[in-house]
Amino acid sequence: MFRLVVTVVLLCLTPPVLAAAIETDDSALDAAFTRILDRDFGTKALGVEALAASDHPKKIELLRGVLEGELRYLKKNKRLVWMQPADGKNAAIDVFTGENYGVVSKRKFRKLAINNAMRGQIRGLLAELELSSSDPAARLAAVNKMLGKSDPSHAELFGRLLEQETDAKVREAMQSAIAVARLSDPDPAQRRAAIAEVSGSLLPAVRNGLTRLAADDPDDAVRTEAAGALRVIEDRVELFGYVETVFFGLSLGSVLVLAAIGLAITFGVMGVINMAHGELIMLGAYTTYLIQQAMPEMIGLSILLAIPAAFMVSGLTGIAIERGVIRFLYGRPLETLLATFGISLILQQLVRTLISPQNVPVSNPDFLSGFWQINSVLSLTYNRLYIFIFCLLVFAGLFLVLKYTRLGLQVRAVSQNRSMARAMGVRSGRVDALTFGLGSGIAGVAGVALSQLTNVGPNLGQAYIVDSFMVVVFGGVGNLWGTLVGGLGLGIANKLMEPWAGAVLAKILVLVFIILFIQKRPRGLFPQKGRAAEG
Amino acid sequence: MILATQLRRMSRAVAAATVLSMATAAQAADTIKVGVLHSLSGTMAISETTLKDTMLMLIEEQNKKGGLLGKKLEPVVVDPASNWPLFAEKARELIEKEKVDVVFGCWTSVSRKSVLPVFEELDSLLFYPVQYEGEESSKNVFYTGAAPNQQAIPAVDYLMEQGVKRWVLAGTDYVYPRTTNKILEAYLKAKGVAAGDIMINYTPFGHSDWQSIVADIKKFGSTGKKTAVVSTINGDANVPFYKELGNQGISAEDIPVVAFSVGEEELSGIDTKPLVGHLAAWNYFMSVESDENDAFIEAWHAFIKNEDRVTNDPMEAHYIGFNMWLEAVKKAGTTDPSAVGDAIIGVAVPNLSGGLSAMMPNHHITKPVLIGEIQDDGQFQIVSQTPGLVVGDAWSDYLEGSKDLISDWRAPLSCGNYNVKTAKCSGQNY
Repeated sequence: MFRLVVTVVLLCLTPPVLAAAIETDDSALDAAFTRILDRDFGTKALGVEALAASDHPKKIELLRGVLEGELRYLKKNKRLVWMQPADGKNAAIDVFTGENYGVVSKRKFRKLAINNAMRGQIRGLLAELELSSSDPAARLAAVNKMLGKSDPSHAELFGRLLEQETDAKVREAMQSAIAVARLSDPDPAQRRAAIAEVSGSLLPAVRNGLTRLAADDPDDAVRTEAAGALRVIEDRVELFGYVETVFFGLSLGSVLVLAAIGLAITFGVMGVINMAHGELIMLGAYTTYLIQQAMPEMIGLSILLAIPAAFMVSGLTGIAIERGVIRFLYGRPLETLLATFGISLILQQLVRTLISPQNVPVSNPDFLSGFWQINSVLSLTYNRLYIFIFCLLVFAGLFLVLKYTRLGLQVRAVSQNRSMARAMGVRSGRVDALTFGLGSGIAGVAGVALSQLTNVGPNLGQAYIVDSFMVVVFGGVGNLWGTLVGGLGLGIANKLMEPWAGAVLAKILVLVFIILFIQKRPRGLFPQKGRAAEG
Repeated sequence: MILATQLRRMSRAVAAATVLSMATAAQAADTIKVGVLHSLSGTMAISETTLKDTMLMLIEEQNKKGGLLGKKLEPVVVDPASNWPLFAEKARELIEKEKVDVVFGCWTSVSRKSVLPVFEELDSLLFYPVQYEGEESSKNVFYTGAAPNQQAIPAVDYLMEQGVKRWVLAGTDYVYPRTTNKILEAYLKAKGVAAGDIMINYTPFGHSDWQSIVADIKKFGSTGKKTAVVSTINGDANVPFYKELGNQGISAEDIPVVAFSVGEEELSGIDTKPLVGHLAAWNYFMSVESDENDAFIEAWHAFIKNEDRVTNDPMEAHYIGFNMWLEAVKKAGTTDPSAVGDAIIGVAVPNLSGGLSAMMPNHHITKPVLIGEIQDDGQFQIVSQTPGLVVGDAWSDYLEGSKDLISDWRAPLSCGNYNVKTAKCSGQNY
């Protein structure tokens, strides 16, 4: 046993043997790739450096391949290859000769392993190489990448490139890069000129440069001017910080509104305490998942299809719950509460048994990922932005249905005075079922939105049921506007408090506030007025 | 009518069989009973069911090799249903009623704390397979998961080597992240990191709205100094966290996240493409290259009958713990808990990364520490490995009140929290 330990220790201690050489059509490349294949990440980095320094025509392509893990090598003949999917398997295509080696099993080829530091290094090298790319977008990305690592030599480099540059955006970026580089110019006058030039810029590189100058520049004038410029920038950053917080609040609020608005109908208008509301949301999310499974190639379309499908699934489930259970329990809130709680457990277990007890992956389509960069300090994520708009659309749609359709009129009539509505010939039972179906369907639609933000699992609904009730009660029972204003308001309040109170305390404070508020105004923000409300 | 008669006959037969089996169980203890105390329902079932299956596999394999001390091993599985007080009840049931000789179980720290008094009162043995916050050493518990110095601290060391100067310690709000972050904060400060370069953030269980926190992290990391996030965020909340990082355009090269609770099992449910390059620190990865690991994965796939199932760190901990217990029983020649408890100290068995793990006198084990980067196939690529094995430290050297404590359960001292300054054993059991 001791010998085993010794062997293991020795294995760890022996310097990594130089990995087998790679065969390319260029000896400089051979040497570079042999280093990239080494076990030691320092040696690998040297190899990448050598690859970038070589003058091989395919070096950008190769660097990209290493970066994205697309470049492989075959163990048997040490050739670098691209893997191309062929009949569900991978065929190896030689990088240099284009020869097709046919389908290769998983164990026969290897990836060129890299780590984070190397990814950063390769991106930096690619940026320098792509400064002369023919694509303006690539040039812009390259300049921005280099802005992050400001270096005095950049001033001269960009100055040269600026003369030939035609694209306005790239020119602008290059000018900022020159200014940032000049912030570290040895001549104080140059530094002061650069400070004047960058003032008001929100680029992090500018801020870092100015902070450095304001703190320890040998020249007094430079220090004061840098501090002044910095103050102006900080003020602007702070302003955008508030804009960002409000956006976060609106986005959190829109999620609350989406989750609550179905409940605003079933609980607010009909007065049914539906504890299974969260599970109806969950069903909507699972519908999204199932549709995505059915059409894995078209993620974007699947989300759009999921909206009506989730509405139908949750709506029909809702109608079934209403017809099967709740209609026998009208006027008995406690029994309704217990019965619907039971239904919620049944629905959860159903999903666990039929699909999986584990969370299921729902992919985001491309138009819902990434962010909209307004400036260097303010960027809004697309998924949140779309969900906010979606929330407003759902709200508007629901509002119009209740206000201007026959069903809406009947719903309002039944909720205000059931016996009078019946006397006027409204079939109240049918209206109850449809109203409950509508509220449940909206919950399903909310599930589609939530599937893009959070985990889809059997417990998804539980996370939102308390929040939903909170929003409806706070907004005022029976009032859709109350739900909208209440939800968005609570979202913003939560996000305003989060920076100084922390996520946990902010949530508690919001709850305490609502309890106190309800003590003072039991009917919520927008109480229903008139005789109907008293009844 | 015929059916009814049949049913009656059948139930009689079943009753007879039950009586018979109870009689044999009482007659001769010709099996050695091994208790398995993992939640098979409730929130923790996702993680713990796998460990139950691991134990059943290990026991089955050992029985194929001829059992232990000439007897067969018999697993006794109970379900504490992710309910902490029920853990204590089920532990008592295993020891008192089922008369098991050893128990393998628990996942969360709170479930371990719940069963601890039971194991000490009834003097039985528990093998605990999950990484935890340390600050504990019980005579009756063997900690085969990582202590903070076997996971968190080496991870921070690795990031320091990579040039990280600013630190975000983000965690879920409960005991493991709070204690770990306290240790890490003290450690970072001891390494000369200024208080202004450390940001600490706690979120509730299942937190899903990460916008402001991620925006804060982004702001914190935009000062030009290299920033990293040390994440003790638990389970579910990780998915929206990583999604938000991706959406706000933070890649692993800008701000890497090193996680202590994200392993192969957790990644198997999500799309890992946006996560490539983020890190995790464990003592074992499925991608480890060793003969033991290949054999283990093969056995696991054969046992669970699914080629897609992954293996993870707590499974390795059970593998090590179970083999240590086997060795200790053979050494002691009996399954008596106190004899085994004495015999197991110093026992060394192969771990899955190609080395030997040994049980130390403080009831923690030696393990290698591996740092891995997440790949797009849900596996980890190992980017750093400690040169030797790291000894688990029950009492952290970086916390006030705990740095003077040592734990040594060997004969003259026999104390889990001996204070080297006052030369006293506090006498508290754990």
